[in-house]
Amino acid sequence: MTNSEAMASYKKMGFWERNKLSGGYLLKKVIGEKAVSIIRFILLFGMCFMIIQPILNKISVSFMTEQDLYNPVVISIPEHFTTANYRLAAELISLKEAVLNSFLISLTIAALQIAVCTLVGYGFARFEFPGKKFWFAMVLLVILIPPQTIASSLHLHFRYFDVLGIFKLITGETLNLRGSKLPYYLMSAGCMGLKNGLYIYMIRQYFRNIPGDLEEAAYVDGCGTLKTFFTIMLPQARPIITSCFLFAFVWQWTDGFYSRMFLGSTKLVSTGLSRIVDSLGAYIQRINGVKTTISVAYSNCILATGTLIIIVPIIVIYLFAQREFVESISSTGIKM
Amino acid sequence: MSKQKNKLAGLQKRKAISGYLFISPFIIGFLVFLVKPLFESLYMSFCNVDLSAGKITKTLAGLENFKFAFRVDPEYTRLLVEELSRMMVYSLAIIVFSFFVALILNQKFKGRALVRAIFFLPVILSSGVIIGLESNNQLMASLAQTIEQTTEGVSVTAALEDILRTAGVGVRAYEQVFEVIDNIYDVALASGIQIIIFLSGLQTISSSMYEAADIEGCTKWESLWKITFPMISSLFLVNWIYTVVDFCMRSDNQVIEKIQKVMIDQQQYGNASAMSWIYFVLVLAFVGITSYFISKRVYYYD
Repeated sequence: MTNSEAMASYKKMGFWERNKLSGGYLLKKVIGEKAVSIIRFILLFGMCFMIIQPILNKISVSFMTEQDLYNPVVISIPEHFTTANYRLAAELISLKEAVLNSFLISLTIAALQIAVCTLVGYGFARFEFPGKKFWFAMVLLVILIPPQTIASSLHLHFRYFDVLGIFKLITGETLNLRGSKLPYYLMSAGCMGLKNGLYIYMIRQYFRNIPGDLEEAAYVDGCGTLKTFFTIMLPQARPIITSCFLFAFVWQWTDGFYSRMFLGSTKLVSTGLSRIVDSLGAYIQRINGVKTTISVAYSNCILATGTLIIIVPIIVIYLFAQREFVESISSTGIKM
Repeated sequence: MSKQKNKLAGLQKRKAISGYLFISPFIIGFLVFLVKPLFESLYMSFCNVDLSAGKITKTLAGLENFKFAFRVDPEYTRLLVEELSRMMVYSLAIIVFSFFVALILNQKFKGRALVRAIFFLPVILSSGVIIGLESNNQLMASLAQTIEQTTEGVSVTAALEDILRTAGVGVRAYEQVFEVIDNIYDVALASGIQIIIFLSGLQTISSSMYEAADIEGCTKWESLWKITFPMISSLFLVNWIYTVVDFCMRSDNQVIEKIQKVMIDQQQYGNASAMSWIYFVLVLAFVGITSYFISKRVYYYD
């Protein structure tokens, strides 16, 4: 009997026969495997539920009337179904304007940041020059320094903005750039925006893993540095660039720190959301004409609704581009 | 021969120049928007900054601001100590948690992609303003309270906690652990990227190693410590640094809130700079020391 025939006849046997043949080992193994998979299921289900539960909770709360919030019987399915919360929350963060602004700013900022970071990442990955180690250490430093450390002086820096004293010479005044969007665009062009060090790092790792043959062939055929970059290397790096762009967009969409510091006067969804409870108070006061304190439950309900409105676009993006998000991290994090 | 050498040097030079051109945006941005403000804020931390009449006047005041931060300000020292100890405990918890989850997710089972997607979801969702809002959600807190009251005595962790307390050994340590377990939600939220990094590390370990160990009679537990752990030990360093940095930059960080309050509401730029420098130096020292110790233990396969 050949080996494969033995296997075939072995497979035809019943479970208990096989168990007998193995001396009870098979039964033990199967039980062990089942136990592990059940425990694993319970653990993972619990943890996934823990992560998703707040979102589910927000969804159910956002459809409740104020009456339902105080009703101890109502836990997750609202008794009086309403969409008024959505209308109110949308009005409070002036949804249309805020979404448009946020969308434009996130899009342009993300595009600018990723364009610059790609250039820099490519420079770090593919060229040898003196001081490269030093500058790369500086990139790591940028990742490490919390932007809050330099916030106070950046604040003043842009309040009395000047390039080498030129504006002061011409107009006699320094420029007040606070409240305008320009500083943030300037910072993004200089790779100092939100988490830009991380993007440089990720893009560099990706470029380093592309084999150099193609590039060398292009050089031999007389292709210049820039042309090689744009026509040969850039198309190959498309996956990492799209995922970095998505990260930049999503993080910019929800960012509070830079938005509050530079874009304070523009209506954005993120800053609108962080102020929503205050604006609810102002709104109710305007309607009633008297200063009233809003109940904690109701303000939280509106907050939950506002949060939902804001994260819906992100969740949609994530659903479609989940692979890009996850794989960019796993392809770049591995080699230090 | 020498001509060729010269030419090579020329090519290298050209490459070096184009390399510098490629990274020039970073260099400019770094000098203008980071180095300059950094030194300015360092200088300001030694100054009295006065913003009246539309002009900044800085007068040197020595260590006045630092003294203020440590001695006069009622909250700062307390917040600093609290935040740093929280950082240590939570970073450890996040590393352990994400390693554990990555080990589970590395096994083959149905719906793995879905679970991975869910664990990564917080990276996208709980960024920026949303995390700050989440942490003071009173509706959720009151809900949790009612649940705790109605299910009094049923909770497994509470029972376990009682048993361990009565044992009387290392009560402080247990309390830390239980605090982390109570806040497992925060830990899970903060460990999305770490899980993915560990997971991708685990997938690069060749299965032949495990097979060899299996044939030699190694149990799963032994091969976890003798194979898996050393093989991905370099990722512990990466994840540790990322976790600590991520933790100290979170917007619900109390020290940072305090600094923002001092800077924007009270307009005391000097004090705010001093406070943020103290915090930054402490965090950097923490990262440096711990990663030095971790990197001594890291095992590099190749």
